[in-house]
Amino acid sequence: MSLGKPLPHDAAPLHVTGQARYVDDIPLPVGALHLAFGLSGVAHGEITAMDLSAVRAAPGVVAVLSAEDFAQMPDCSPSAQDEPLLAVGRVHYLGQPVFLVVAESHLAARKAAALGKVQYRALPAILTVDEALAANSRFEAGPVVWAKGDAAQAIAGAAHRVEGRFEVGGQEHFYLEGQVAAALPQEGGDMVIHSSTQHPTEIQHKVAHALHLPMSAVRVEVRRMGGGFGGKESQGNALAIACAVAAARTGLPCKMRYDRDDDMMITGKRHDLRILYRAGFDAEGRLEGVEFTHLFRCGWSQDLSLPVADRAMLHADNAYHLPAVRIESHRLKTNTQSATAFRGFGGPQGMVGIERVMDHIAHALGRDPLAVRRANFYRPMVEARAAAAGPAAGRPAPGVAVPDTVDLSSRGAGGGAGSHQLPPDAAQQTTPYHMPVEDFIGAELVAELERSADYAARRAAIADWNAKSPILKRGIALTPVKFGISFTLTHLNQAGALVHVYQDGSVHLNHGGTEMGQGLFQKVAQVTAGVFGLTADAVKITATDTGKVPNTSATAASSGSDLNGMAARAAAETIRDRMAAFIAEKHQVPADSVRFADGVVKVAGETYGFARVAEWAYQARVSLSSTGFYATPKITWDRMRGQGRPFLYFAYGAAVTEVVIDTLTGENRILRADIVHDTGASLNPALDIGQIEGAYVQGAGWLTTEELVWDKAGMLRTHAPSTYKIPACSDRPRVFNVALWGRANREDTVGRSKAVGEPPFMLGISALFALSDAVAACGDGSVYPALDAPATAERVLAAVKRVRGHV
Amino acid sequence: MSVSDMSTSGEVSFTLNGVPMRVSGASPLRTLLDWLREDRGLAGTKEGCNEGDCGACTVMVTDQDGARALNACILFLPQLQGKAVRTVEGMAGPEGQLHPVQAAMVAHHGSQCGFCTPGFVVSMAVAHLDGRRDHDEVLAGNLCRCTGYAPIIRAAEAAAAEPVPDWMTQDRHAVAAADSGTAAAFRPASSDALAEWYLQHPDATLIAGATDVGLWVTKGLRALSPVAFLNGAADMARIDVQGERLRIGAGVTISALLQAMQPRHPSFADLLRRYASVQVRNAATIGGNIANGSPIGDGPPALIALGAVLHLRRGSERREMPLERFFLDYRKQDRRPGEFVEAVTIPADAPALRCYKLSKRFDQDISAVCGCFNVTVEAGRITAARLAYGGMAGIPARAAAAEAALTGQPWGLAAFQAAQAALAVDFTPLSDMRASAEYRLEAAGNLLLRYFHDIGGAPVSVLEVSA
Repeated sequence: MSLGKPLPHDAAPLHVTGQARYVDDIPLPVGALHLAFGLSGVAHGEITAMDLSAVRAAPGVVAVLSAEDFAQMPDCSPSAQDEPLLAVGRVHYLGQPVFLVVAESHLAARKAAALGKVQYRALPAILTVDEALAANSRFEAGPVVWAKGDAAQAIAGAAHRVEGRFEVGGQEHFYLEGQVAAALPQEGGDMVIHSSTQHPTEIQHKVAHALHLPMSAVRVEVRRMGGGFGGKESQGNALAIACAVAAARTGLPCKMRYDRDDDMMITGKRHDLRILYRAGFDAEGRLEGVEFTHLFRCGWSQDLSLPVADRAMLHADNAYHLPAVRIESHRLKTNTQSATAFRGFGGPQGMVGIERVMDHIAHALGRDPLAVRRANFYRPMVEARAAAAGPAAGRPAPGVAVPDTVDLSSRGAGGGAGSHQLPPDAAQQTTPYHMPVEDFIGAELVAELERSADYAARRAAIADWNAKSPILKRGIALTPVKFGISFTLTHLNQAGALVHVYQDGSVHLNHGGTEMGQGLFQKVAQVTAGVFGLTADAVKITATDTGKVPNTSATAASSGSDLNGMAARAAAETIRDRMAAFIAEKHQVPADSVRFADGVVKVAGETYGFARVAEWAYQARVSLSSTGFYATPKITWDRMRGQGRPFLYFAYGAAVTEVVIDTLTGENRILRADIVHDTGASLNPALDIGQIEGAYVQGAGWLTTEELVWDKAGMLRTHAPSTYKIPACSDRPRVFNVALWGRANREDTVGRSKAVGEPPFMLGISALFALSDAVAACGDGSVYPALDAPATAERVLAAVKRVRGHV
Repeated sequence: MSVSDMSTSGEVSFTLNGVPMRVSGASPLRTLLDWLREDRGLAGTKEGCNEGDCGACTVMVTDQDGARALNACILFLPQLQGKAVRTVEGMAGPEGQLHPVQAAMVAHHGSQCGFCTPGFVVSMAVAHLDGRRDHDEVLAGNLCRCTGYAPIIRAAEAAAAEPVPDWMTQDRHAVAAADSGTAAAFRPASSDALAEWYLQHPDATLIAGATDVGLWVTKGLRALSPVAFLNGAADMARIDVQGERLRIGAGVTISALLQAMQPRHPSFADLLRRYASVQVRNAATIGGNIANGSPIGDGPPALIALGAVLHLRRGSERREMPLERFFLDYRKQDRRPGEFVEAVTIPADAPALRCYKLSKRFDQDISAVCGCFNVTVEAGRITAARLAYGGMAGIPARAAAAEAALTGQPWGLAAFQAAQAALAVDFTPLSDMRASAEYRLEAAGNLLLRYFHDIGGAPVSVLEVSA
């Protein structure tokens, strides 16, 4: 049985020898061309003149395309058809592609692209939250508001209140492999695309649309990405479309990869936002009412901003029961890169808000923040209720009719209303969106972490240390995570797989998920191998291919193994059942008496090698190929009303982080992190721990050193790793203890596992509040640190001054 | 030394994964990375940033001094003359047996997306060859976005116990046997040859480590001609003890300087440990760091605080000056056409020197503020103060008013508080993506307080605290 084994990543031997092939490594036929975009130099303006003669004359240039070369400009948007491949008439952010160079080499294309002379009539650029609010520049008609109870009244009636304003920065994905695509023209105008994308079907759809072809004429293949993190859900569209357009026009293969600076200038990042909050609570810190206003800077186009902002609202509670709550969400349109999906998809932004409220309440009451957090936890899961959970219900409701240009497979498609049925159990505590929390294990898990990390004793020791240390101060914080698993656009919660068993017994696996380093392929191979009683290495993992499994959802929302594992299992079971029926009949025994284990098939006292049975089955004309399909049960969601059950289950975790700060400079360091994280019954504990460690560091990076800076002209000044600082090796916690919770998911997921991609990202929130704790130790308790994110040395020093009263 | 056509690099010879190569007709500004990937089809070495900041393109380059990890994206072919290059494809043994660091990376789950992995493997293999166990330092120049580094460090620790495979030492023999005299662009073998040539070509670009000039090419897309590669001028790469002073040749790499400073000026060595990354320090030279005149280079503030003297040469003419006088204005130095930095001399001893660097990230980041201080105290009174800063003005500069506030005062917090207040007279820093002007001024002043406490023996660095 391969399920649950801590196997290495399937491609690890290829990674370490340099043989793992990424899109830019695929050899192209002789004559292949290379593309580069010329970018807008202003944040908002009307194009008044474009002189591309020097570009055309540059060495190696084959063609130069701009708006005038298209009767209909191809669109790159995953949602609102508001992203022309090249600017038409106006530019909407500094870095927007304006023209396209097709040249004989990557370097020739880049050099030529720098020679474009474009003149603009500058228009007022909306860059900040305040400017966008003042201009009422937004997506959707107005803010989205979800409420439960009367928060304002509850706050007014509470014994204690806090309120505040919290700036939370964005985040560059910094996938090590930049965006890249290649297009290979085929006979009859068909197109094959290699793309570094989390969403092959979207690439297929957008390329087909750009070339006026049916989707069946475009095939997209993705073997692996060098990191995605959400940044390759929609941001690869422009490159694939550009390659396809150029390939169709020249008849030659075309490749495009962004140089790192271009990548950072062009593509979207995690949404930054301002959070305004008001909370009323009792003497224990128990919330009575809370109000949030989220002010997201979404950038110039809609992209996936609406569901991102929705998910922030869906995680405004985190692990806490909010008896009365109002969340107002503004999706502001600004002349900056179009903010996009990034690990957590708004969840981290919502969650960090309520954690700020918890921290603020604890400070106001002079209590240990953990005590306040605990006082607000949802009620624990009741096992009896868990047992009563029914079988798969509620298939996705049929969507409303939509025009064919709508990218149905995108999370940005939105709009499709699900069933309005609400769960009946009113006695259960519900989320702000009225979903009963049936599986809350947060309190138990936090108690376990508190013990294993020795939280209370360390907190006391840190207070003693701080009393004797005038310049350096330490801090500690424990924060929990409760993260909802499922796409909130219900119809995306489906997956397909294709499994073949060949006559020699070898197994070929394909599914709709993409591999970006998370180990999805290995997990699904383990599931598939398990069905046949084989080891995982007996299963050949193959590139994601829209020609094999169609209509896939993005590998996103942490859903990869939940969805594709189930689909692959279904496909494998179909074949196994046929093999079992065949061999059982041959031995005149019931099919369910046949056993597949340890590489052999046991039937009626006989033992045959798996390959032998495959060969016989082939000779007996038994089909050894099958598709498999899965649709997540139970979920239903009405996003306009903010009501329903958008998630099949929640994944939980908690982290304790200890930090030290320098009160003279604000410099800070993570000293230790302890984590307990829930991945259900893990499909592969080694891969899960890898996800957790990596996510924690990435989450901590978001809130500490990773700072995006735009200047007054709207130019992103941090557009390379020289100025944008993701965590380096020594930034990881020197003491780093990660444990899996290890208990089975109560929902019927693949192997009773839980999704792991995004939830542990939010464990990094503990680093921010450990810094807040260290800053608070510099004052007398009268002033709350109100530490904004990212908590750079500069912000920490400012907060130290604030709590010391030297503003 | 013959000088060939300046538009190509002439012929460059080196070994690649053990195989002798002769490359001719390539532009002298062709990077090793592009050549490997595009001309050789060796796609294991990755381009992550094309500016030497991510380490995905790390390769091992061996010469007479041993093996070094270098960033192939900002390494020009002529810099490889007579050397041995080993890429990730050359790390496994002849029978395909994995190198111990490769095997450990698999066993300890050190790769996820795998894109940074070849660079990590090479950095780790070079460290393994040298027996280095300071993994955080060795890997500071390799960024990973997936793993959080913990499994990579576990792999490095596990591999450290394994012996060096014999195929990893072959490059040393190859280099010893190599013919290193082959013509290449212009690659002088001595400072004399450079001096003569540069006088004739005063508009030439001098390339030492190419860690800055490399970006003019890969990011600025500039066409530089003519160019001279200085790494063959062995006499410029020496550190000589001259009585009470050290003479550091302009061609000394930051890695070599770090090693030399460790016993003499440990605080300077600590600063250099945070100078970019191993890959960059292995290429970059102190002469380049000075000559390029960056206001945020970390070498000059420390050298100025030490009282360094700069030695310039133009043809056979030589002159010297206190280093701080070399920096006239933003990116404007007191250097005449055809004149180059030949060396810098510093005192061999300066126990009161302390160097402090403030940046968003500790490792491999550019300073927001760099403060280097050297205060002399006699009989409880401050008799001299050299306070040098980077990041506070358009040039690396001394804080004259703050120095004056200290000089003559009794050693004590009050003197440093007065110096802190005087900094506002000395500097009007700028706001940029690294820090605001307000933070720069405040933190720069607080660094003076840190110095006072540090000299007094109080703990002042977060880097020295552990959980």
